[in-house]
Amino acid sequence: MLPRPFRVIRVKRELSDTVTLTLEPVNGEPLAFRPGQFTMLYAFGIGEIPISISGDPADPRQLVHTIRGVGAVSQALTAAKPGMMVGVRGPFGSAWPLEEATGSDVVLVAGGIGLAPLRPAIHRVLANRRQFGTVAILYGARTPEDILFRRELQAWRGRFDTSVHVIVDRVSGSWGGAVGVVTDLIAKGGFDRHHAVAMICGPEVMMRYAVQALHERGVASDRIHLSLERNMKCAIGLCGHCQLAGNFVCRDGPVFRYDRIEDIINVWEL
Amino acid sequence: MKVKDLRDLLGEHAFFQGFDRPALELMAGCAANEHFEAGALDAREGDAADKFYIIRHGQVSIEIPVPARGRLIVQTLHEGDVFDWSWIVPPYRWAFDARADTLVRMVSLDARCLRQKMDSNHELGYHLFERFVHVMASRIKAARLQLLDLYGPAS
Repeated sequence: MLPRPFRVIRVKRELSDTVTLTLEPVNGEPLAFRPGQFTMLYAFGIGEIPISISGDPADPRQLVHTIRGVGAVSQALTAAKPGMMVGVRGPFGSAWPLEEATGSDVVLVAGGIGLAPLRPAIHRVLANRRQFGTVAILYGARTPEDILFRRELQAWRGRFDTSVHVIVDRVSGSWGGAVGVVTDLIAKGGFDRHHAVAMICGPEVMMRYAVQALHERGVASDRIHLSLERNMKCAIGLCGHCQLAGNFVCRDGPVFRYDRIEDIINVWEL
Repeated sequence: MKVKDLRDLLGEHAFFQGFDRPALELMAGCAANEHFEAGALDAREGDAADKFYIIRHGQVSIEIPVPARGRLIVQTLHEGDVFDWSWIVPPYRWAFDARADTLVRMVSLDARCLRQKMDSNHELGYHLFERFVHVMASRIKAARLQLLDLYGPAS
């Protein structure tokens, strides 16, 4: 699979180490995607990495990714300027279960940059708000300065039909909000445990404890979905880099229903 | 219009779910309604922990004053939470400072009064300890997750 050339048309610095890139295809059709899917982004001459799509699925003309610079490729991408060319393969992988969640309460739990892969699902849910029951967005960040998509969180909170709670691990200076961990927000409930579908994205340890908190609230494993991250190369289930027991995260994931992986997620050798 | 009495207020709070009416009445004998304006200091590290509170409204910060760094907030507590556990662990002194971030309405329970009732009514004592162990376990778990700095720079 050859990467398609895309041009960077907009760069938005979100945080000191994180940017959102808006891409458009140099030729050919825009890239339609389902919320939760990812692409392989190629920084020419440096390398290729999987990045979740963070844009609005209703507007596939613009392909949006939010990237944190942590390695050679991601740092090259976060340094991109408008006009730069990147290669794109995809979209790949499974999606958030939004059809399954229709008619249910929706609990979206994100930690750190994990809000980015959930943002397309949030767009889709809010655009079709009447199809869902209670909608709760629970977001944990390191500090108030590390809150991703701050303006959008404020806009979502400003709606009268959506519950948005933000909590930070640590604080210095003025911050009038909550301090603690995102699992504290789950413990507060506010959703129907029998009719809630939970979608979680963040560091894997955070997701494990978020699942525990959801279980304590009575949400069953088959109503919990999470997005896993593994080292990926081919993204089409051939190379085996992202194998997780009998699954390839690139092909069978990244979004998994928890009851289908709960026996293997805590096996640290896998 | 019926004014809620303290037994009703305790019974409505998540922490006291499962206590029967006699137990709630027994504990209500140690209870009082209190409110604090934003900025009021409710507890200071090392002082006698002569009460514990159940929060009905508002936000309370648990703080540690650190020289040259000011007051570091380690956790905030909200409606439905309990503040704190120091009253039940000898030597019964506050382990941290606490400050009302907003107008806070709470029901306080007199620690000495409640400890005496727990001494003479072991079933009550058992059920209160059971609930406080849960509170303490939740806070230890949260503190350990915060220590991990999960969202920090990749190492």
